[in-house]
Amino acid sequence: MEFLQTLIGWESWAPAVQWTTLAVLQILAFMVVLLISLAFLLLMDRKVWAAVQMRKGPNVVGAFGLLQSFADFLKFVFKEIVVPAGADRTLFLIAPLITFILAFIGWAVVPVAPGWVIADLNVGIMYLFAISSLGVYGIIIGGWASNSKYPFLGALRSAAQMVSYEVSIGFIIVTVLLLAGSMNMSVIVEQQAGGFWNWNMLALHTLPVPMFLVMIPMTGIFFISALAETNRPPFDLPEAESELVAGYQVEYSSTPYLLFMIGEYLNIVLMCAMTTILFFGGWHAPFEFLSFIPPFFWFAAKVIFFFFMFAMVKALVPRYRYDQLMRLGWKIFLPTSLFAVAVVGGYVAYSGAAS
Amino acid sequence: MLQVITFWILASVTVLSAFFVVAARNPVRSVLWLILAFFSAAGLFVLLGAEFLAMLLIVVYVGAVAVLFLFVVMMLDVDFTELKQGFLSYLPFGGLVAVVLAAELILVGQAWTEAGVVAPASASTTPDTVPNLEALGMLLYDDYVYFFQAAGLVLLVAMIGAIVLTLQHKPHVKRQNVAEQVGRDRKTAVTMHDVKSGEGLDE
Repeated sequence: MEFLQTLIGWESWAPAVQWTTLAVLQILAFMVVLLISLAFLLLMDRKVWAAVQMRKGPNVVGAFGLLQSFADFLKFVFKEIVVPAGADRTLFLIAPLITFILAFIGWAVVPVAPGWVIADLNVGIMYLFAISSLGVYGIIIGGWASNSKYPFLGALRSAAQMVSYEVSIGFIIVTVLLLAGSMNMSVIVEQQAGGFWNWNMLALHTLPVPMFLVMIPMTGIFFISALAETNRPPFDLPEAESELVAGYQVEYSSTPYLLFMIGEYLNIVLMCAMTTILFFGGWHAPFEFLSFIPPFFWFAAKVIFFFFMFAMVKALVPRYRYDQLMRLGWKIFLPTSLFAVAVVGGYVAYSGAAS
Repeated sequence: MLQVITFWILASVTVLSAFFVVAARNPVRSVLWLILAFFSAAGLFVLLGAEFLAMLLIVVYVGAVAVLFLFVVMMLDVDFTELKQGFLSYLPFGGLVAVVLAAELILVGQAWTEAGVVAPASASTTPDTVPNLEALGMLLYDDYVYFFQAAGLVLLVAMIGAIVLTLQHKPHVKRQNVAEQVGRDRKTAVTMHDVKSGEGLDE
């Protein structure tokens, strides 16, 4: 028995097992909270459009339609999975899984309150950027594997669009990194403590240098790029129903479609969280005297506010044409954000904030 | 212990997916295996303590370069059977290249560990005092700033060259001029005509 124990080396295994169990439990708890709040955010999304269009929105299932998302969930799960003839079966089913899983693992580095983060990476923001750049695969593989023209066109559009807008998102992230002097998400949030004037959107702590002249436009560009990156209206060309039926997900039904939808909405909420963390002070209260309310509340409130903005944009703005989308990304956002990186870099170098 | 397990999983996934890049029948699947290989290689970088490089590998290669690969390969109309016929005839040459590469790598590895010439470099990938992101920044922007900038210029020239070679100005293409469109008002956009009935406008 003792021989066996040395062979397996239980002593060296114990910490590994303990760490893994703890991590898995944390991740499970986080996922459950995320999914349940997502169900209600989805309902909010639909209610907001309904209100803009002077409809009632979903109001039958549960009080005020509160259980609508769960009803939809059950409906999707109990339907039949149809795989089109001639489709690449494996890839067809892997594609929604990729979208779904990537949407979740991005959340690993998001700090929702002081110390409440699953992985406190010191390249956290790079990790998030990398994961969001992988998101394109779920869509492009799904579109190709469907073996159908409309999904394929949608997938190609989507790939071009996401790759284009990633560039400007990358540069905008660099401006925030330079101001914060760190890639760790928790440090970036900690840097914005003390009141709304310290948030990176305004960055009034840099006065007398008026850095807000750069950071306010950057906030706007980031928000618009986030819309494009998540294929939300007015940039929902990959699934433009008037031209491509429903884009890359034409052939999807039942649970794979559900996975695509959950992944898409999780990415939207992730982008809201990123806007909150990068520009709006993360879990910090706008005024010091309001900080008796727990930090998690502030984080959630800001994320919900940006989600509301996403929904309002969908309700109000007409869809872009494809050449306009590309022009906006490459000819306006890219040069502007590049210029902003130079300006912020110059400020950091000459103010001595870097040293 | 977890490190060792992780290494073996990542390394075997990398090697296996690299094998399938060559073995896959469908070029799109080849590219997807290549992407998996990149991804696991990024995992190996993380294990080495070079997390910034790992993220760069994913952002640049997986997130951008491989997407373009996939883009091109998906739109190609490749005849798979014809492609497969050439496979065996290239096998000896490919094998030779592989053997030479492996021999060189083993040689370098042996020399690296045995000779004391490069001993300090093998000690650690990053200095202990600063995070590897800062160490990398110091090297690129302080010690080797001119080389780094020169490399950037070479890339810029290549990019401009590619654009110049492919750019065509077709005379009859209508382009949108946003400023002009937005600057239109009633005076420039609308003209009033008093049209007599049955005659129409000749314009």
